Amino acid sequence: MRHLLAAMCAAILAGPALAFEPTDGALGMQPAATRIAERIHQFHGFVLVIITIITIFVLALLLWVIFRHNKKANPQPRKFSHNTLVEVVWTVVPALILVAIASQSFPNLYYQDVVPNLEQITSKSKQLQADGKTGAYERYTKNYFPEAAEKGFVNIKAQGNQWNWTYTYPDIVDDAGYPLEFVSNPLQVGLSTDSKEGVRNLSVDYPMVIPVGRYIRYYTAAADVIHSWTVPAFGVKTDAVPGRLNEGWFLVDQPGVYYGQCSELCGVNHAYMPIEVRVVSEEEYARWAELMLAGDYDAAAASVRQVASTEQATKFAAKQ
Amino acid sequence: MPMDEVALDHHDAHDHKPGFFKRWLFSTNHKDIGTLYLIFALIAGIVGYTLSGLIRWELAEPGIGVLTQFVSGEGDVAIQNAKHFYNTVITYHGLIMIFFMVMPALIGGFGNWFVPLMIGAPDMAFPRMNNISFWLTAAAFVLACISMMVPGGSAGNGFAGGWVLYPPLSSTTGHPGPAMDVLILSLHTAGIASILGAINFIVTILNMRAPGMTLHKMPLFAWGVLVTAVLLLLSLPVLAAALTMLLTDRNFGSQFFNPAGGGDPIMFQHLFWFFGHPEVYIMILPAFGIISHIVSTFSKKPIFGYLGMAYAMVSIGVIGFVVWAHHMYTVGMNVDLKAYFVAATMVIAVPTGIKIFSWIATMWGGSIEFKVPMLWAIGFIFLFTVGGVTGVVLANAGIDHALHDTYYVVAHFHYVLSLGAVFGLFAGWYYWFEKMFGIKYNGFIGGLHFWLMFVGSNVLFFPQHFLGLQGMPRRYIDYADGFATWHHISSIGYAITLVATLVFFVGLVEALVRRRKGVANPWGEGATTLEWTLSSPPPFHQYNELPHVTAKGGH
Repeated sequence: MRHLLAAMCAAILAGPALAFEPTDGALGMQPAATRIAERIHQFHGFVLVIITIITIFVLALLLWVIFRHNKKANPQPRKFSHNTLVEVVWTVVPALILVAIASQSFPNLYYQDVVPNLEQITSKSKQLQADGKTGAYERYTKNYFPEAAEKGFVNIKAQGNQWNWTYTYPDIVDDAGYPLEFVSNPLQVGLSTDSKEGVRNLSVDYPMVIPVGRYIRYYTAAADVIHSWTVPAFGVKTDAVPGRLNEGWFLVDQPGVYYGQCSELCGVNHAYMPIEVRVVSEEEYARWAELMLAGDYDAAAASVRQVASTEQATKFAAKQ
Repeated sequence: MPMDEVALDHHDAHDHKPGFFKRWLFSTNHKDIGTLYLIFALIAGIVGYTLSGLIRWELAEPGIGVLTQFVSGEGDVAIQNAKHFYNTVITYHGLIMIFFMVMPALIGGFGNWFVPLMIGAPDMAFPRMNNISFWLTAAAFVLACISMMVPGGSAGNGFAGGWVLYPPLSSTTGHPGPAMDVLILSLHTAGIASILGAINFIVTILNMRAPGMTLHKMPLFAWGVLVTAVLLLLSLPVLAAALTMLLTDRNFGSQFFNPAGGGDPIMFQHLFWFFGHPEVYIMILPAFGIISHIVSTFSKKPIFGYLGMAYAMVSIGVIGFVVWAHHMYTVGMNVDLKAYFVAATMVIAVPTGIKIFSWIATMWGGSIEFKVPMLWAIGFIFLFTVGGVTGVVLANAGIDHALHDTYYVVAHFHYVLSLGAVFGLFAGWYYWFEKMFGIKYNGFIGGLHFWLMFVGSNVLFFPQHFLGLQGMPRRYIDYADGFATWHHISSIGYAITLVATLVFFVGLVEALVRRRKGVANPWGEGATTLEWTLSSPPPFHQYNELPHVTAKGGH
């Protein structure tokens, strides 16, 4: 059902390819590519409506007093300085609005911040199906993905260095048992020697590659100073701190190229340590891993390069 | 209170002023020290504002092409130097604006000038300590400027790690050179100055109020400064501790923030923000007080909900101490801890809302005159609301994970500080200009200054919300092409504020040249606080015989 929906949405939106990079002149967020980002968008949309109403309300009150209570319109000022009722109202009503915001904020926070328990997802979704609770199952699978859960996590460590990222794949090991590990360098650093390839200031030589529709558990670490690993379309941002191993998760359901940029000031080339994530099919992922393990990084990068041309809306973005 | 209820004795005839050096270098007079602070803040403000001009000039177009002119080397060498220079510029822009412009102007300048006048005191409690506070602040500023010009590390001069000074970028890992050590000395010095100033204000306000002026009759500006002083007294020692640990990490082999030695860089962030969050209220609370007086004066109405206003400031100050980690949602905190900080942070919106609505209620039913200070005050109320509501957005850790360290945050805190605290500052400047200097400003130039600044700073900062939502990270000298349009418009906004700033100085020079003689109370019946009972400028020593506050509610 989900996939059918995704296919329909993708078909509808197939025309202009959606880019997962900043769009010039845009007013809002980049299209969501994960359920995390989609929930952030929904929640942000909700809060945006509230704050817009509040701001317009305050502006309206100000304009009202400016036009109705000025020296010309009201030469004789009134002298009141208390009104218990309105004071109670403007204390209680904002408090209630905040409670309404919090009621959405906390579930949202816990959803994105707690790495899901995959075994629980599998058993719970099976239970729901076995009990014939299709409605509950539909709701549950909006946020949790049983098919992906059965396959387990794909683990990746992103280590920030001055000024590039080292990606480690503990699940992909060579014959001697060492994990795949490579450095992802920016193509541009603002100098005359810059490559003309890729998207300026966003592309890297060897991108992080992940399989589509899988639970990704990422870890961040740092070698020197604090960095921050982020991809706006995924709705994730985690600092990479020396001496710490931070973790997070996401799941991307459509192939594509997604860009992010280091988000904690880390020195001279802070603006030049981009993050490029290529999301590919399981087969392409396996092929890429094989080539990387063999040491042929260029062939591996080339094998995932065409993914850019298959860019399309993910179901998360399509629902916007 | 009405003037006839205040007993006055000016002794104008015996108004002996000391000679130039004794008066301005060894000053113990609160008004002279206030003037020194204001002049100092003007100078520091010009430096800080010039630095922000470099930022906006560089970011007007994609690529690196402006700052290369200000650094040594040619071609790629210049570009590499410019990258470091840019990070230096943003760092010192923040530090100078906070520590050497907003704080000295609002607390040192207006606080020194008007807290004693408003509470009916002849001077501050510790006049000589007041002098030390000022000159330590000036010394700290000189040290900060020196720090910008000595080696930071292999990359160039100055510290380039942002005003938050996070290690390891601020430890020997990131900046082995002396720039960071000088900067620590500068901030320690500024911190000592502020702590001494805070003690002075607290003692003055608690002990030297005129007979009959209870705390609950005290003007709201004095309330704002009192709460601010308490925040300074409690938060600055924590910054001093963090800085000292950083200093010993850098120079004496301690390992407080070095994970390899068992330390933790995140601990610095906790200590820093335990100071840093109250610090943002330190910058805005005095402005809250100023706005209350201006709104009341020009509406010709008493302040609405005086006690609510005073205790809203107190509660903002108290809650301000328990929300610090909302600056750190992405460092890898436990999710329950984040949830607590979300809840605590949102609570601050309630007292802030009370203040906004009370200001509007003060205007309600009033007979508003749109003199220049009132323009700034109304502008403040609206723009602070805009900055406040985006604060509610950012309070939610779930959204902040997307917006942390993006231009959305930059837009938010410039709306509350640059368009909040600074608008409050200009409001106070025009409100008390005639009182302080005994001459009148030109109303047309003041109005022009306001409108240019209002338009310019909105064009400058509003598009930065869009940049942040699209994911534009902070502290970037160059950006992806998809951010170009809004950056360009933002820089145009800066150019408009530049014109506004020139107009401000034209207005200042015009007033100084024309010297239109000021009157004791130019604002009429609405201006009820004690400073309006004195001449403009007030006598060198006022209240030789203390005023008796008999009116009910002397605010």
